Amino acid sequence: MALTRSRSNRGRARGHSDAPSRYEKRTGAPAPKPPIVALKDATVVYPGGHVALERVTLEVTRGEFAFVVGPTGCGKSTLIKLLIREIEPASGEVEIAGHDINEMPHSRVPKLRRRVGTVFQDFKLLPNRTVYDNVAYALQVIGESRSEIRRKTPEIIRLVGLQSKIHSYPDQLSGGEQQRVSIARAFVNHPPLLLADEPTGNLDPETSIGIMQLLYRINRTGTTVLVVTHDREMVDKMRRRVIALEDGRLVRDEVSGGYHDESTREFAARLHREMEIEPGSSDVNDILDW
Amino acid sequence: MSRAVFFISEAFRALRRSAAPSIAAIVTIVVTTLLLGVLVPVLKASEDKAQDVRDQIGLNVFLYNEAARAEIDQLGSELATIPHVENVDFVSRKEAVEILSGRVEGELSESLNELNSNPLPPSFALDIDDPANLAAVTAAITKTGPAGDRQPISPIVDEVRDARQDASKITRVTGAVKLILIVLAILLLLASLMLVGNTIRLSIYARRREVEVMRLVGATNWFIRWPFIIEGVIVGLTGAAVAVGILWLGKVTVVDPLSDNLNLVDSLSTMGFLPLVIILVSSAMIVSALGSGITLRRFLKV
Repeated sequence: MALTRSRSNRGRARGHSDAPSRYEKRTGAPAPKPPIVALKDATVVYPGGHVALERVTLEVTRGEFAFVVGPTGCGKSTLIKLLIREIEPASGEVEIAGHDINEMPHSRVPKLRRRVGTVFQDFKLLPNRTVYDNVAYALQVIGESRSEIRRKTPEIIRLVGLQSKIHSYPDQLSGGEQQRVSIARAFVNHPPLLLADEPTGNLDPETSIGIMQLLYRINRTGTTVLVVTHDREMVDKMRRRVIALEDGRLVRDEVSGGYHDESTREFAARLHREMEIEPGSSDVNDILDW
Repeated sequence: MSRAVFFISEAFRALRRSAAPSIAAIVTIVVTTLLLGVLVPVLKASEDKAQDVRDQIGLNVFLYNEAARAEIDQLGSELATIPHVENVDFVSRKEAVEILSGRVEGELSESLNELNSNPLPPSFALDIDDPANLAAVTAAITKTGPAGDRQPISPIVDEVRDARQDASKITRVTGAVKLILIVLAILLLLASLMLVGNTIRLSIYARRREVEVMRLVGATNWFIRWPFIIEGVIVGLTGAAVAVGILWLGKVTVVDPLSDNLNLVDSLSTMGFLPLVIILVSSAMIVSALGSGITLRRFLKV
């Protein structure tokens, strides 16, 4: 019973914190894995007194594709920073895969960040490294062997459609291309959780669909994807779970639509249709052909 | 292993990219090492010279010309029993003239020959273990009598004289020179430390965004730090190597030819060139490596 409920309600596993023990008592089976992201009454106050997030409580289950939306300054980016412990909450808890990340010692933070791929709003590429070296850095950081790096790096760069720019430097790339390098770097070591901060910001609709397609494909490999955006139109078309923030408060959290099982191709076709864009001009289309 | 290769290649990449600050850091190290390389041997030489002078300080016990052989022998053995006296040497009148004529040359030596009689008295030359004990030994030779007057232990003793005044003058002068040199060396070291630190800081500051990005993609502090430290070691090593090269050139072309003639320069060679090189190179490396390691701390807090 409990199992069915949790399956049908993927993405809205509320009241989870006390559920496992009862679940265990009743079924005798091991408790389900904790949600990959869990915020409990998290409040963030920036120096100067600005409250960026106020008592936000939410959970994201493994494998979910969720959007965080809201106007500029609503605390969306703060949420991302909170999840990789770039900042710490003034109060409340932030849990990743059941671990309170603000309890862990400073020396463990790099390990956390390796398990959470992040696509930054400003890309945060290393300016003096080529596309290849930028992506390879994420693998070097985790101590991957050189042969593995040489195998995986071109592969992921091909996946994001940048094989022709592999030896270019970030300042020789367009915004969309830098965005894709950032995604490649975030995903190259297949983290269980991928955070993307405005991945379609300042991109033309066609490229935006390409990026979304890419994230969707990544999500279909089992990675939980959390996308922060103010692109309402895109969110509406995607028909996924939407978490809305306003002035640092959670104002809406709902799942719209039921397109969970469409293929990447169907997904792209639908997006094109709904956004009234002619398909075919995106180079991402060709690579994501599966 | 592959990690070490990665760190080293990262360090060289960084050096290549920020060539100007790297060269500035290297030049700073060269200048400092050069100055230290000159100061340290000079300091060592002046210290050696002062020690030399201190070692030479002895006590001369002058005797009356009429002293008999037996009395002299007895006094000699008595002097040898006084504590702190290491060696007792009898200098006869004839030997005294020889020593003097050996010391003075030219006209003075001739005028010495023109004297019909020998004006120099016989004496004992005493070696004292430490200049600080001069007063004690003098007191032991000229005991204070019951009436408060000073009474030599033997009637043949005319006068006890030591080179204390000369010695203290020399010690004072060398002490002052040493102090000035040490202060200079410390100031220099401080200035260069700050200069090197600042240069490194600049080059790291230029890359602080990079460091931040590295942190955010999950690099550990040491993963970020190692290339910087290796970079510092390379800078230190290069700077020190250039400085040592210049020092060696200076030693071969200037100091070595001079040392045949000049006494003071000669003692420069008491400081072996190899230990000097080792000290200079290792300290240059440590300073620059520490400099980068410490400066980086500020940017690793993300």
